[in-house]
Amino acid sequence: MENFITRRRRKELIVAGLLLAVAVFAPMAIRDVTALNVIILSLLFAGLAQAWNIIGGYCGQISLGHAVYFGMGSYVSTLLYVQAGLPPSAGIFIGGAVGGLAALLVGWPCFRLSGHYYAIATVVVGEIGYLLFLNWDYVGGATGVYIPIAKPSLINLQFGKDKLPYLHLVLAFVAATWLAAWLIEGSRWGYAWRAVKDDVVAARSLGVNIFASKMAASAISGFFTGLGGAIYGLYVGYIDPDSVMAGHFSILIALPTVLGGVGTLWGPILGAALLIPLKELSSSYLGGSGRGVDLMLYGAMIIVVALARPQGLVSLFGGRKHGAP
Amino acid sequence: MTLETVLQVAAGGLLMGLIYALVAAGLSLIFGLMDVVNFAHGELMMLAMYAVFVIWQASGLDPMLQLPIVAAMLFLGGMAIYRGMIARALGVQFNRGMVQIFVTFGLAIFIRGAAQFVWGGEFRSVTNTWLSDRSLNLAGVYFPLPQLAAAAVCLAAFAGLLLISRTEFGKALEATREDREAVALIGIDRDRIFALGWGLGAGAVGIAGVMLAGFYYVGPNVGASFALIAYVTVALGGFGSMGGALVAGLLIGEVEAFTAVVLEPSLKQIGVFGVYLLVLMFRPRGLFGKL
Repeated sequence: MENFITRRRRKELIVAGLLLAVAVFAPMAIRDVTALNVIILSLLFAGLAQAWNIIGGYCGQISLGHAVYFGMGSYVSTLLYVQAGLPPSAGIFIGGAVGGLAALLVGWPCFRLSGHYYAIATVVVGEIGYLLFLNWDYVGGATGVYIPIAKPSLINLQFGKDKLPYLHLVLAFVAATWLAAWLIEGSRWGYAWRAVKDDVVAARSLGVNIFASKMAASAISGFFTGLGGAIYGLYVGYIDPDSVMAGHFSILIALPTVLGGVGTLWGPILGAALLIPLKELSSSYLGGSGRGVDLMLYGAMIIVVALARPQGLVSLFGGRKHGAP
Repeated sequence: MTLETVLQVAAGGLLMGLIYALVAAGLSLIFGLMDVVNFAHGELMMLAMYAVFVIWQASGLDPMLQLPIVAAMLFLGGMAIYRGMIARALGVQFNRGMVQIFVTFGLAIFIRGAAQFVWGGEFRSVTNTWLSDRSLNLAGVYFPLPQLAAAAVCLAAFAGLLLISRTEFGKALEATREDREAVALIGIDRDRIFALGWGLGAGAVGIAGVMLAGFYYVGPNVGASFALIAYVTVALGGFGSMGGALVAGLLIGEVEAFTAVVLEPSLKQIGVFGVYLLVLMFRPRGLFGKL
């Protein structure tokens, strides 16, 4: 059995490496800016969804407030750059660290709650973060913050009009989150977290520290979400509470994982690859008139996929069963 | 603050709190029955408000007279949502919790888009009703009549829900909640009870929506903020507890009203959320929650 698992995990790593190699070179052939933009956003949300998967999928805690960690990451990295001149190449990691800290801070009270009580508490925490940033003048309040345009360089993580370097940056982000999930899956922590998800009482009787498990999963998830938020801020060049902290981001971060397959390595990526292009294309082709057709399509798709494939789209590819270690 | 201001603010909080309580009661009823949080609850309220607006525009019928019509529409709509979607979501084998959350989320987004498609994004309001611009002066404290009527109707609807829970049907509801499998053995059709539960929940929020339409603007996003307050109310009162919803609704109405005055109006929800988190620290299952 052990052998089988090790072999399968090695195979997954090789497949991921091959896919990464393809993903590094293939976009070089794409010149269309709109297409590149959609790919960049899809990759970014694949990474964010993977980050959510760590707490929501592996540890089973349905957080609907991840926009706070996302927004914290982008605000911290942006303000460090604008106010203190710290280059974003360092700032994004500090943004991530603050995201992780925020997740611990939120987790400390919220993990006393379980089930729906936890989910609703995270919605509320997200809303509190949004309202505070909206009314906080030091961070730009409702006006937001512009990221000054600097000379394209790796230190500043700014590349002017060239989209390809951004694409590689988010690709590195996706690879990092995937690798983190892969490492967790095979580690002692990963087993403990899945035990927490499946049966709290049984996990406790086996000596798993429930609270510590949730906190650790939450911190790692928050770190990567903050990192993604910082990268997103750099990419769009302007942040305000509505564009990085609004509640719908929390849904958008969780949704690819739910559609693709919770607690699976490939679910978040598959879900984002489907959801984000559909959302972007429908809002640019149908949403322009402000008639809400894009929202109807988006909502209907969520309902249909959730009902038709509750175990996630990843199950269409056969392979392993949901939740198997 | 003078005593008069305090009383005036308290009166405003009381009237709003009763509306919150009824919105939350519908949510709590559905949750207590089948462990499903309806994330489209606010959107059902929004639909009720638009229904009032459309009927008022077409026929000039006063919102008060529309109450039974719109409540019945919402009742049927709630049953249809159960039959079409929720029954299916309850039947899935995997990730049942997540499927339920995201199916109702998807429904919320769909309804919001549909409202925007049909009525556009701009705010609408019902004007010149029987009650608009009138108010009752009680010892120097003003009670605007639309709000007062809304609060009274919500209280009556709340009492109605409590009465229903004492009837034969209410006992069947209670039994289904206690043990879904066992009720089938004594001849209770679980699916029918659940569908009626959804009808009642949607009808309750529909009544709140009708009364709210008498003094509040209607727009595709109006449901979202009310729904958030409703989730907080239900979690604060305790999922599945009707009395809890009433107490928590009133508490939230007051906290909101006083935060708006003491801090500033744009921060009024911060006070509500703060109190909610504080209470959950000491009572993780809300004030009256057993589940």
